Amino acid sequence: MLDFSLNGRKQTVDVDGEMPLLWLIRDTIGLTGTKFGCGQALCGACTVMVNGVATRSCQTQVKDVAGAEVTTIEGVSGKVAEAVQKAWVNLDVPQCGYCHSGQIVSAVALLNDNKKPTDADIDAAMSGNLCRCSTYPRIRAAIHQASQTLEG
Amino acid sequence: MLHRTTSTFVNETPSRRGFLLGSAAVGSGLLIGFVSPKATLAGEVPLVPLKPVAPFSAYLKIGADNSVTVYSGQFDMGQGSYNGVATLLAEELGCDWSGIKVVGAASNVPAYGNLTQGGALQITGGSTSMATSFDRYRVAGATAREMLKQAAAEAWKVAASEIKVEKGVLSHASGKSAPFGEFAAKAAALAPPANVKLKDPKDWTLIGNDTLKRFDSTEKTNGTQDYTIDVKLPGMLTAVPIHPPLFGATVKSFDAGKAKAIKGVVDVVPMGRGLAVVADHMWSALKAREQVSVVWDDSKADKRSSPDLVSEYRDLAKKPGAAVARNDGDVEAALKSAVKVVEATFEFPYLAHAALEPLNAVARMNDNGTLEIWGGHQLPDIYQAVAAQIAGITPDKVIMHVMKTGGGFGRRAVMDADIIAEVVATAKALNFKAPVKMQWTREDDMRGGRYRPMYVHAMKAGLDKDGKIIAWKDTIVGQSIIGDTILAPMLVQNGVDATSVEGSANLPYAIPNLRVDLTTTKVGATVLWWRAVGSTHTAYCAEVFMDELAEAAGKDPIDYRLSMLQAHPRHAGVLKLAAEKAGWSKPAAPGRFRGVAVAEAFNSYVAHIVEISLDKGEIKVERVVCAVDCGVPINPDIIRQQMEGGIGFGIGAVMKSQITLDKGQVVEGNFDGYDVLRINEMPAVEVHIVPSREHPSGVGEPGVAPIGPALANAVYAATRKRMRVLPFTRPENA
Repeated sequence: MLDFSLNGRKQTVDVDGEMPLLWLIRDTIGLTGTKFGCGQALCGACTVMVNGVATRSCQTQVKDVAGAEVTTIEGVSGKVAEAVQKAWVNLDVPQCGYCHSGQIVSAVALLNDNKKPTDADIDAAMSGNLCRCSTYPRIRAAIHQASQTLEG
Repeated sequence: MLHRTTSTFVNETPSRRGFLLGSAAVGSGLLIGFVSPKATLAGEVPLVPLKPVAPFSAYLKIGADNSVTVYSGQFDMGQGSYNGVATLLAEELGCDWSGIKVVGAASNVPAYGNLTQGGALQITGGSTSMATSFDRYRVAGATAREMLKQAAAEAWKVAASEIKVEKGVLSHASGKSAPFGEFAAKAAALAPPANVKLKDPKDWTLIGNDTLKRFDSTEKTNGTQDYTIDVKLPGMLTAVPIHPPLFGATVKSFDAGKAKAIKGVVDVVPMGRGLAVVADHMWSALKAREQVSVVWDDSKADKRSSPDLVSEYRDLAKKPGAAVARNDGDVEAALKSAVKVVEATFEFPYLAHAALEPLNAVARMNDNGTLEIWGGHQLPDIYQAVAAQIAGITPDKVIMHVMKTGGGFGRRAVMDADIIAEVVATAKALNFKAPVKMQWTREDDMRGGRYRPMYVHAMKAGLDKDGKIIAWKDTIVGQSIIGDTILAPMLVQNGVDATSVEGSANLPYAIPNLRVDLTTTKVGATVLWWRAVGSTHTAYCAEVFMDELAEAAGKDPIDYRLSMLQAHPRHAGVLKLAAEKAGWSKPAAPGRFRGVAVAEAFNSYVAHIVEISLDKGEIKVERVVCAVDCGVPINPDIIRQQMEGGIGFGIGAVMKSQITLDKGQVVEGNFDGYDVLRINEMPAVEVHIVPSREHPSGVGEPGVAPIGPALANAVYAATRKRMRVLPFTRPENA
């Protein structure tokens, strides 16, 4: 038995502790917003927040989140998340959309730490999140737009 | 009504790059309506005339609550085809834009058969969504509008012609007014009028409207967009495949004893070219897969390595190609008379599509004998037929659910329906006792074959004393995309697979002596169309070589191209527009280097001007100015999205991506070995769209074609090195 918090709700699960958090979230708990892309922490599609830090859930074992607060795309909330999601929709960032749960979680984590990121800050925080549709110019623009919203 | 049951193969006289239309009995009784290699060729084959289908039976539904649902025969893998189709229909229907919902539809060939491909098969591909939908969905919208007017006219006892339509409301000067929903049911029951009048383009309010938003941005921003990987059915099992490590190997024997002992594991069954490990969820399936031991029979497997293939291809490219795709004038004689002869050999690796959602599909057999298939159905009619054949039922019993997918880039259009065949075979091996999701991992996807083929091009050109090109020769060596499919006997003409030579055999430049020939190779690794298909290598060679010839002639690369494009105003148009917007007439800023390229692909014309800098010798792509002519621009912002996307996709590929074979085995399995573009490497992009009234063409692929060569030409400007071996990271370029 293992306890942790998922999107603000306590979860008690009885699974193999070596199971990746990704599959616990998707298959056992049934929240499918978090995506499987590579299974090796190389693409960022599975990014969630663990205690506020952007984390690749495909390479995080369930036993390592005991007692932690996990936030998925379904649970991101607050001023920063709202500003990010609004900018994303404003600029029609997604094409296929598959990577954007991870992109948004990474962007929210970035803006939580740094309200006014430079292009270099965005590169550093977001280069682990692949987008095969190359929506990168719009991701960058949306992060800047969200930053302006938060300032304003 | 499926159009596939009785017709025999109709051997339409194909044009030089033509299509075969109709239906063919292929394989063991499987009947497949089939198409040309692909829609690249749409330029030379007219659209099949539209035979309108009753709009409320196939294209839209209006609810009593005034909701409008549009059924799209064109699948959306992110390229925005749903927006395009809805724009066309809504323009004529006159509904309110904001309430529209778009759903993917299948299994209705008269309604959804691709008109650029003969009309006998539903296919999303070759950047043809707007070309096939332009008339069809406008006619559907206009016909539905007239039916709504007629229904209201009968109720109000006025003339239909007096009824106005605006934002989903019908109204009459008498003061009567009603939303669409009120007359929707009655309208749908009326006989559709023939020959409805379409709006004059000057009255369009949605087509070309730059303020229309995508329908799906909210779902794709909050995690609620469902993809195939997210399909959940009661009792559903998850399967992962075990594929042979070598192409052409087969299962000799296997031992699944240890695997079956793992909690949650249901079975390990033979399937397709390997095995399927079936479990209650993904993690148990993955754990169990590690425990299965397989003995492979690799006696028929291809064990060559990439360097072996490269040297074979290079040797072949030294000889004339086995088949001739184009032969104007007398190239050899012209080369002898040339003042200057330039030669270059180019080499291209295999490339994986690497869409972010690894391949998957879901199958469920129901008690009533219907089989439901969820997936990214780019070729739904073929997939339906394959599923039916494996399940031993008739195609009309197979229900196709069209899911949006996490990318595609060509990988979801496979003639033998690979992932669909796997999921149905796996479910069948379990006696259809439960719904099955077949989910590949990244490694399954990347090592699973279906690559952009490896190619070598040997180029040779001759210039006269004024620097004019008097001879041009391109010898192409590589696998045929069509040749490895069941369609080869019918679709490879005179030994030439059009997808191997497109972009080369139709080179637009006025050159009196021009020869393109082709030697097709056989390799175990399977190949497929990859975003922009033949132009991913042909346009690269043509445009890098053209840059080299411009230099040899001492001419500006844009002026030089324009001097040979008098008969091709659309190529010239985008080239001039890009030059103007990029400020080509002025020198590049200090520390910046520029390159240009232009290409037509899928009937759209794109020119890119790439600007780079060097940071300690490392290439940094700073900016791309893109000009695109895709006929009538339907959704300008989606055109921009696709150009931005094509640019990033192409830059990543030419700079970094390659699939290599080591003794027949694919080396790269994930994004550590198969490197793709990341945000820190993406340039700023400016897109300029040519205003046009030409029939619309596509934007999903054409932006890819000229980006590689434009970048390579900028790299040459900066480093004096010609990037002839791809990707740029290859040591041969150093």
